[in-house]
Amino acid sequence: MYLHYDIPSYDLTYAGEASSNVKKILVQLGIDPRCVKKAAISMYEAELNAVIHGGGGTADIVIDREKIKIDISDSGPGIADLDLAMQEGYSTASDEIREMGFGAGMGLPNMKRYADILEIDTKPGEGTKVTITVMLNAPRT
Amino acid sequence: MKLSKVAEILGAEILYDGGEDIEIESACGSDLMSDVMAFVKENVLLLTGLVSPQVIRTAEMMDIRAVVFVRGKVPAQNILELAREKGIAVMSTNYPMFIACGKLYSEGLTGKGVR
Repeated sequence: MYLHYDIPSYDLTYAGEASSNVKKILVQLGIDPRCVKKAAISMYEAELNAVIHGGGGTADIVIDREKIKIDISDSGPGIADLDLAMQEGYSTASDEIREMGFGAGMGLPNMKRYADILEIDTKPGEGTKVTITVMLNAPRT
Repeated sequence: MKLSKVAEILGAEILYDGGEDIEIESACGSDLMSDVMAFVKENVLLLTGLVSPQVIRTAEMMDIRAVVFVRGKVPAQNILELAREKGIAVMSTNYPMFIACGKLYSEGLTGKGVR
């Protein structure tokens, strides 16, 4: 199954619609709730990043028997120092974003925590593509 | 602890009951939603001073079915509507975060999350 969503830019009010829809579909497909939660949380963090930092973007999801694969792409400024961005607590978010309860520097670390495979393709000035893979037959952790 | 007991301890106003008096096993108090998403536990109650639709979104992603807004904060109608749509119970207590958490903890809600 393939799903595609456009992620609107800089509007935190509606951010999370795509993740919410994907979660609903995963539940309807009868996928293991643990896998649904892993996919939903990591996609939600990536979607928020695309809204906050990337000026919006796209979400493309492939669901097959083995895995859920979620691509979130934006054409924002890219991540200058990925190693730093992966550290808990490091954030470049604005005060406005912090007032909304985000920008705590936990987005990428949370994605890494919940995804079975996390791939990040980013270049300064050329945007960011985050690929989250959740394996459907992963051993219980 | 039943959700109705949580409401009683906190003297909370129930803005939406979620349709069911669910069992709460642990609680997470935070204004930072990404910290909430690092909290792994089942049957969680979320206490927050943040009033935003993203509180409900975060609860939805985390399978959190009850949210308490502290310091007497009352969410706007659009936030309540989103909560109703998702079946997430919402209440408001006048207690500040520390006191609200302390009251629940001392009444036996001591289940901790793991990271």
